[in-house]
Amino acid sequence: MEFLTAISITPFVEIADSPVFFAEVAINGLLTGVMYSLVALGFVLIFKASGVFNFAQGIMVLFAALTLVGLMEHGLPVWLAMILTVGVMIALAFAIERLMLRHLVNQEEIILFMATIGLAFFLEGFGETLWGSNVKRLDVGIPDMPLEFGGILLSSFDLIAALIGAVMVASLAIFFQKTAIGRALRAVADDHQAALSVGIPLKTIWIIVWSVSGMVALVAGIMWGAKSGVQFSLSLIALKALPVLILGGFTSVPGAIIGGLIIGVGEKIAEVYWGPAVGGAIENWFAYMLALVFLLFRPQGLFGERIIERV
Amino acid sequence: MFYREAGQFKTSYTSDQAIFPIRQDLWFIALVLIFAYVAVPLLMQGADDYMYQAVLIPFLILSLAAIGLNILTGYAGLLSLGTGAFMAVGAYATYKITTAFPGLDIIVVFILAGMVTAGVGIVFGLPSLRIKGFYLAVATLAAQFFILWLFNKVPWFYNYFPSGTITAPPRELLGVLITGPEASAQARYLMVLSFVAVLALLAKNLIRGRIGRQWMAIRDMDIAAEIIGIRLLPNKLLAFAISSFYCGVAGALYVFCYLGSAETEAFDIFLSFNILFMIIIGGLGSILGSFLGAAFITLLPVLLTNAPQFLGFAMRADMQKHIEFMVFGALIILFLIAEPRGLARLWQIAKEKLRRWPFPY
Repeated sequence: MEFLTAISITPFVEIADSPVFFAEVAINGLLTGVMYSLVALGFVLIFKASGVFNFAQGIMVLFAALTLVGLMEHGLPVWLAMILTVGVMIALAFAIERLMLRHLVNQEEIILFMATIGLAFFLEGFGETLWGSNVKRLDVGIPDMPLEFGGILLSSFDLIAALIGAVMVASLAIFFQKTAIGRALRAVADDHQAALSVGIPLKTIWIIVWSVSGMVALVAGIMWGAKSGVQFSLSLIALKALPVLILGGFTSVPGAIIGGLIIGVGEKIAEVYWGPAVGGAIENWFAYMLALVFLLFRPQGLFGERIIERV
Repeated sequence: MFYREAGQFKTSYTSDQAIFPIRQDLWFIALVLIFAYVAVPLLMQGADDYMYQAVLIPFLILSLAAIGLNILTGYAGLLSLGTGAFMAVGAYATYKITTAFPGLDIIVVFILAGMVTAGVGIVFGLPSLRIKGFYLAVATLAAQFFILWLFNKVPWFYNYFPSGTITAPPRELLGVLITGPEASAQARYLMVLSFVAVLALLAKNLIRGRIGRQWMAIRDMDIAAEIIGIRLLPNKLLAFAISSFYCGVAGALYVFCYLGSAETEAFDIFLSFNILFMIIIGGLGSILGSFLGAAFITLLPVLLTNAPQFLGFAMRADMQKHIEFMVFGALIILFLIAEPRGLARLWQIAKEKLRRWPFPY
């Protein structure tokens, strides 16, 4: 009975008691959600263009952040280190296409998926061999001050992160809709063979997609790294991005954004109001359960392409 | 010449439908079993437990889990990333049952724990009717995280033990101690071996029959399977139940005959991934493949850890760990490129070659 009250009455009473605090929690959730979206975006880009479910995206975030920090520790200025890291991520995309994807064309999805898990292991070992495995601080000069809007306390860092996320999504959308390469990418996503037959170079497209998602990983790595330090646990945010993906649909960029926001808010609210009743630390699985409930009603995710099955 | 079925005539349907219709296969299995039951304990007489503890016991237990996952993923086509959690359910169920009823025979406890896991598997298999492929895989991750969280948060599961671990109490079979820290490695090995042998044979039989064929039809195309009259829900749930049963028993053995005591961390997502690696590298939809994959994934880290010493150069421990990761990842990718259908496929090719060797006419 006590437990039932704790989960069905107390949270709502608390919400009604202090709506300002509730708004604060919700907005903080939204801002975290943007960060999830950033990681999920990398997944979606690759899945759309090559049908590969890239489990290594989380490690790519870590790898990009490690490279950036490592270069900065060698005394390079921030802007130069960033340019070099972008170069490294593009080189990585080349290597992945040459050494891995090219040989796995036409394999089943699960084989490609396992190959990216292998890639995740490799990159983790590689990154830590190069740059060491202790926790590093990443400071790219984004101010982190508490701001107050109408009684709601926010961190300026989170706001800037959200802003950067929004700019990034907008520029990706323009890239996809307005440029020739973007059109080619969408063509490949729709139908590999048809795209090939009208002369779109599949391999180049793959390199571009992996490079772009490498850059998305770099941005996500900077944001998360500046927030919580660059360390191995950074790669585990990939596991946070998965429910975002299934919620939004694997193939939808807006889905990744909206999904990230829903998960971010839902998770924060559940943790603050329902967490104490069940013993806390529920954010590990809550996102998955939320996504699962959504899936039962929309098996393709919120914005995914409708699954049509034919015999 | 040696591996050739010419001249082996079948005069009845029963003999034609035997599990191992080719005599050489039957001999091979018999030899492997004799080797495992007689030769291994004899060879290991007097040696230390390293071989048992680091290689043989984990290999056998993980093979069992791999068979379980292979039934679900390789035969029924339902991708699962929750194997670790199902193993945890088996382990914790065994612990609860055997501490509540200390007199109950440990074999019965293991089987009961497997059944409990099967029940949990059915619950988490329910979404599989509506969602497929990677969506389902992510849904099983929900099981992975939720179950482990539950075992961590609710003290009832570990009997309110302050450190939050479960420890295998000593249990005997035929007067020989087989679980707990005091049990000899040999006794635990034989116990695990017996479970694996019996359950592997059962699985092999199961997938040859009507149920296995229905699963394979569902795997190949579930709508077509539904149209020819295979009921999807009961069959998918059955696949989840049986797969979870195998994983549950494997998890119980993992704690009771291998680790001795465990926390939920022993069953984290990396265990699930490892077992998925085993069935992919071994071969999807193959019982033999489960064993080959388990051998590969268990032996590879052991070899990698010991390799620098053999080659005679020393490395810093953390550096070695990182290089192990790199080699492991690279080898996985290499394997997938070289033979995406796994070691079982290589074995099949070898057998076909062997039929014409050494006189290819």
